[in-house]
Amino acid sequence: MTPQIALALLLIIPLLAAVLIPLVGKSQNVREGVTFVAGLALLATVVYLCIDVASGGRPELRLGSFAGRFNFALKLEPLGATFAAIASSLWIVNSLFTLGYMRGNKEKNQTRFFACVAIAIAASMGIAASANLITLFIFYEALTISTFPLVTHKGDAKAKRGGTIYALILMGTSLALLLPAIIGTYVIAGTTDFVVGGIFPPGTSLFATSILLFLFAFGIGKAALMPTHPWLPNAMVAPTPVSALLHAVAVVKAGVFTMLKVITYTFGPALTLATPSSTWLAWIAAISIVLASVIALRQDNLKARLAYSTVSQLSYITLGAMLAVSMGILGGGLQIVMHAWGKITLFMCAGAIYTIAHRTNISQLDGLGRTMPWVFGAFLVGALSIIGIPPLGGSWPKFMLMMGAVDSGKAILIVALIASSILNIIYLVPIAVRGFMKAPANPEDDAHIAEVRKKHRWVIIPPVITAIGSLVLFFFAGGILDFLQPILPAGGL
Amino acid sequence: MSFLEFVPDWLLAHAPAFLMALPLIMAAITAILPNKRVAWASTFIVTAILTVTAFTIALYNAEVGTTIYKMGGWAPPHGISLVIDALNAPVVVLIALMSLITVIYALPATVAEIKPNKRAPFYAAFLLCTAGLLGMTVTGDAFNVFVFLEVSSISTYVLVAMGAARDRRALSAAYNYLILGSIGATFFVIGVGFLYMETGTLNMADMARILADLDGGSRVAKIAFGFIVIGLGLKLAMFPLHTWLPGAYAYSPTPVAAFLASTATKAALYLLLRFTFFVFDPSYSYVADVLMFVLVGLGVVGMIFASLQAIFQTDVRRMLAYSSVAQVGYMLLGIGIATTASVAAGYLHLLNHAIIKGGLFLAIGAMWYRFGITRTEDFRGLGKTMPLTMGAFTVSGLSLIGVPFTAGFVSKVNLTFAAADSGWWWAVAVIMVTSILALIYIGRLLLVAYFQSPPVVNGEVVVRNEAPIAMLLPMWTLALASVFVGIWSDTMVGMAIRAAELLLGAG
Repeated sequence: MTPQIALALLLIIPLLAAVLIPLVGKSQNVREGVTFVAGLALLATVVYLCIDVASGGRPELRLGSFAGRFNFALKLEPLGATFAAIASSLWIVNSLFTLGYMRGNKEKNQTRFFACVAIAIAASMGIAASANLITLFIFYEALTISTFPLVTHKGDAKAKRGGTIYALILMGTSLALLLPAIIGTYVIAGTTDFVVGGIFPPGTSLFATSILLFLFAFGIGKAALMPTHPWLPNAMVAPTPVSALLHAVAVVKAGVFTMLKVITYTFGPALTLATPSSTWLAWIAAISIVLASVIALRQDNLKARLAYSTVSQLSYITLGAMLAVSMGILGGGLQIVMHAWGKITLFMCAGAIYTIAHRTNISQLDGLGRTMPWVFGAFLVGALSIIGIPPLGGSWPKFMLMMGAVDSGKAILIVALIASSILNIIYLVPIAVRGFMKAPANPEDDAHIAEVRKKHRWVIIPPVITAIGSLVLFFFAGGILDFLQPILPAGGL
Repeated sequence: MSFLEFVPDWLLAHAPAFLMALPLIMAAITAILPNKRVAWASTFIVTAILTVTAFTIALYNAEVGTTIYKMGGWAPPHGISLVIDALNAPVVVLIALMSLITVIYALPATVAEIKPNKRAPFYAAFLLCTAGLLGMTVTGDAFNVFVFLEVSSISTYVLVAMGAARDRRALSAAYNYLILGSIGATFFVIGVGFLYMETGTLNMADMARILADLDGGSRVAKIAFGFIVIGLGLKLAMFPLHTWLPGAYAYSPTPVAAFLASTATKAALYLLLRFTFFVFDPSYSYVADVLMFVLVGLGVVGMIFASLQAIFQTDVRRMLAYSSVAQVGYMLLGIGIATTASVAAGYLHLLNHAIIKGGLFLAIGAMWYRFGITRTEDFRGLGKTMPLTMGAFTVSGLSLIGVPFTAGFVSKVNLTFAAADSGWWWAVAVIMVTSILALIYIGRLLLVAYFQSPPVVNGEVVVRNEAPIAMLLPMWTLALASVFVGIWSDTMVGMAIRAAELLLGAG
């Protein structure tokens, strides 16, 4: 196998799964078998590619061209490889969870569901491996379209309304802001290829780059920078596995990944730093971080609280990108990894609670931890990682972003980061504490839940796996940083 | 060219004349045909032959270059010549192909919209219109242009008025068009008259030569240019001379709206190109001024203003009509920047927009055919009730916005680059902003169609009721053509660049 073939396989494997799943849809076990085989094959491919990238390889694959001047091409670099690694590894874990959740809740149209997830994964792989902005844009739109049936899976009026807002904001921002930004970039720079250190020729007007940066920051709606965030809470009408995989990992991470990629490979850190609007955007991101945390605090619905928490945590990455110093960018890259593992844990716990106990609100969770200790234990670990408490993975990026704020001379932004961490503690930890410490409101109910719990082990095991993952990643942060280092221009910043 | 080997020599030799003579003669015969089915069949056969002929001409032109056909053997400049070159060959193909597509579509559409005893005259007027459009495109004689312009215009007034069977407002729209169209034609012929006064010839190539000798000519030539630009501006719906267009597009029979939207204004734009760059020359200071201030200025104002108006329309066909005015602005902008790249981009948008807007009008016509839909709020649930028609509408609509992999993207990107290369950064911004406006007015329809439930009529939810195949086939042909051009654009871009190079020279 050559890296080029592996690159093609990134798209082919999930797409093949998407074709096979409807064909074997009659038999549930075979259908899920396809998903797992595809997931493992994809992970193996990604690991192979990661090894190649780590040793300096930059596999490229040209798929064709269109409109005379645009190349449709793939090229993998460390940031993309990282994103691909997260998405592919969590696809497998999440598929286990999906299996337990969908069967446990007897959801309809499961075949369509699994097929759409596979397509969404293919689109994510495309985003991760895009060689230029135009290619990335195409996969970005494909991801929106393929996840739309997942968001509206329930098919009731509420799901449709959520889906409408989802599609409207994501399609609207990308077509109205992102596409003009890409074309504008192409007009000025003559290319949209991703090149370490940026593509804009020296002497480009800072006014033009300011406008472009704004268009990118808000055009990448998937990064949920306020005020483009409402799609995310509204997407919570989707079944929890979708929220877990897509709205904690694939879709939102595609957004912030694109943001980081644009900053490092299109603008380049030096130009970003010189562009006046990067400072404003850093402040908007800081405001997003705090404001979303405050809103999260006021949500009683568990998934809604997690959604706003996601909005807040995504803005960390945008903030890191806009700081445009090595600590900020690497911290943002690390935050993509750590937040993915932490947040998917929390969402899967929420899904487990819903599947086993049929509870959706935080006020109903009193004492439930005693009946479901593993789930609440995993939740606590995930929450601590999100907050950023050592020895959990989430602590590194927080630390690095604070360093980055100091490095870029915006030390006052540390206040926002600390405020957010405190808010995180206030809105996440009590959920687990309630479960363990408070007395159950209705002990008979809980006794019943303890009985049915045994049937649902496939919704309990996956969050435990990812919680352990969050812990383990703490010790591998250095390796990930070494892997990401080449995305910065040589010679440091 | 293997295809050309199958074409008989007489057709190759006489194709330009054949192109206008056949529909003219057949129009007269069709008018008196007693049976409406036979009338449709004869029109279909004629347009099919025209399409094949047009393709032959275009292929032949690509092989041998410019050809001049002498009518009746009289040599120009005294006789009338028919010229086929890189500029008009694609337009000829466009008109012939659109006439064929429209006729296929008209088979079911006319049954619903035209009274049986009017159908044979309808097809006769349609053929006359086609003959006029083809004639004014191929002719090399300025006065002949006027004659064919009037042939197509007068038959168009008739066609628009035939919408009265469906909506009485068609009569006032046709009358409005008649008045303004006649003023436009008069201005044009006055301009040609002045040119004749200045140069003493009516042959366009001859005029160009004499004007160049006179270094642009006297004040008479300037006045002539002004009259011609305004006359053609009325015909091509240059803002603010567009007021006839929304009514004519909205109330004419649906096949006519689709045909007009994709051919009539395009032929007039072709003439504007022919006169500004071929007969006159942008090196004359008065031509340069008009290009810079009138065409670009009105083009840009039209792009913004008409797009805004499109957003606030409640009638979908009026919305598409205003969108057409805005799109004409793109073409005028490209022409006005007056570099080879920008004229090529404007010309490309002329061809692409014909494909796009034709597809949109065919789709909205099919929606009227099934559900009587004309207003935006009637789009509720169309994604479910007419999925294929709405699919074609969506593809063409996305192309109008300029989404990658569509024709609209190709021409807008080319125009953006042409503007940026000339340093017209504000024009780049305007193109971006008007694309967003297009996203709004198309997007809100898609939103209603796909995200709202089908309406309830008489207590029952409207069920799926797809358009007939004779309507789906034409609209999907155009929708897929739009995607095809969006991906494999080299042929179209190449044609546009050849046309621009013919007018402005390479580079």
